[in-house]
Amino acid sequence: MQKLVIIDYGMGNLRSVEKKLLNFLPNIQISSDPGQIKEADKLVLPGVGHFGKAVNNIKNLGLWEIINEVVLLKKKPVLGICLGMQLMAKYSLEGNAKGFGWFDADVVRLKVEDNLKYKIPHMGWNNVVAVKPSILFEEIPSNSEFYFVHTFHVKSNTQQDILSLTDYESFFVSAFEKDNIFGVQFHPEKSHIMGEKLLSNFLKL
Amino acid sequence: MFRPRIIPVLLLQNKGLVKSVRFKDHRYLGDPINAVKIFNDLLADELVFLDISATKENRAISLDFVKKVGEEANMPFAVGGGITELNQIQRLIASGAEKVIINSHASKHPKFVAEAAENFGSSTIVVCMDVKKKFLGPLRTWIMGGHKSTNYSPTDFAKKIEDQGVGEIIVQSIDLDGMMNGYDIPLIKSISESVTIPVVALGGAGTLNHMADAHFNAYANGLAAGSMFVYHGSRKGILVNYPNRNEITKLFKDGINR
Repeated sequence: MQKLVIIDYGMGNLRSVEKKLLNFLPNIQISSDPGQIKEADKLVLPGVGHFGKAVNNIKNLGLWEIINEVVLLKKKPVLGICLGMQLMAKYSLEGNAKGFGWFDADVVRLKVEDNLKYKIPHMGWNNVVAVKPSILFEEIPSNSEFYFVHTFHVKSNTQQDILSLTDYESFFVSAFEKDNIFGVQFHPEKSHIMGEKLLSNFLKL
Repeated sequence: MFRPRIIPVLLLQNKGLVKSVRFKDHRYLGDPINAVKIFNDLLADELVFLDISATKENRAISLDFVKKVGEEANMPFAVGGGITELNQIQRLIASGAEKVIINSHASKHPKFVAEAAENFGSSTIVVCMDVKKKFLGPLRTWIMGGHKSTNYSPTDFAKKIEDQGVGEIIVQSIDLDGMMNGYDIPLIKSISESVTIPVVALGGAGTLNHMADAHFNAYANGLAAGSMFVYHGSRKGILVNYPNRNEITKLFKDGINR
């Protein structure tokens, strides 16, 4: 039976991700233990908060190299959620720190012209518009609503990894995929039925 | 297309769910966890829980209660009531809450919310401001469950709070609480125009058209209400309810609910 580890680096609400995943898979650990992460068949990299602080936390826990090893060498599927997705990019202006660099992308602040209509953080339900098909979005119609809470977003330097876009005055990347690596800017664990569907799709990989 | 959130606000007193009119006359409604289950089935966008006796009793909202909500809720939820310490926030988030709401303590110690935003991220920290006219005077924000006025005008307070790095402001009109005749549009609009963070309107909503009004005319990013989601009909029978997704999508596309 597959073992999934939700990486605990001390930021954000991990329990809600765990609770949703437990609907589909009994063997789930929330862990910051290098040994457990090394043995995982799948990883979820969650997180809410400051990019620079997240990078420091992961490094201070001695997890940076191990996560890289599981994802890049062992090629285990990994799903980044919100800040977790942003950590997969090369660089973030939030704390001016380097991320894992699994995607050719940078993390920048959301920019809006009309700040009466478009408040920052982008907080609430918005449509996720498919750019290309993916197992992650199987049986999820393009334009489905998901729950977002973020101030920064991923700016991709290439088109090929982009799975979906979302419109907040202008379009930003709301999901991407490269080989075994998946990232979503929204919170599937808080997005009712479609969110559950997405998580169960990830577990099928 | 982005659409605003529609948010039921559930008030807690002695572990029961209550609803007030103008912050008074609290009526017992039932078991809060049961309400969460119903809001799950109705696919509610987000929930807010406020323990309205916590500050007076010098304690924070119950961790056990928040855990129970966390076990049930399928949607994001925020909790507030008597929060005065960073480690309380840590524990509330670990118990499943997405956001915490700070009211009285934010007025007294703005630096505290700055620290909280720094530690837990802006989007985790919400400030709720209760607004009422002082007797024959100007609008002011109030604390301690509407028992004590401050010297802050609503817009001054909103700006001050934004400067502390808070991610969202709930603007509640005390005088319109439970009236169900519509939000205080000028108040909400004045706050939306003063800050660049999301503003949630609370106090006075009775229909979906009131919500559309606050969104289109006062730029509210979240539409919160109590009575509207727990009462049914003119005699106010207790019935937990929530509009369906199609209704919501249509409302914010067309601007009116027919």
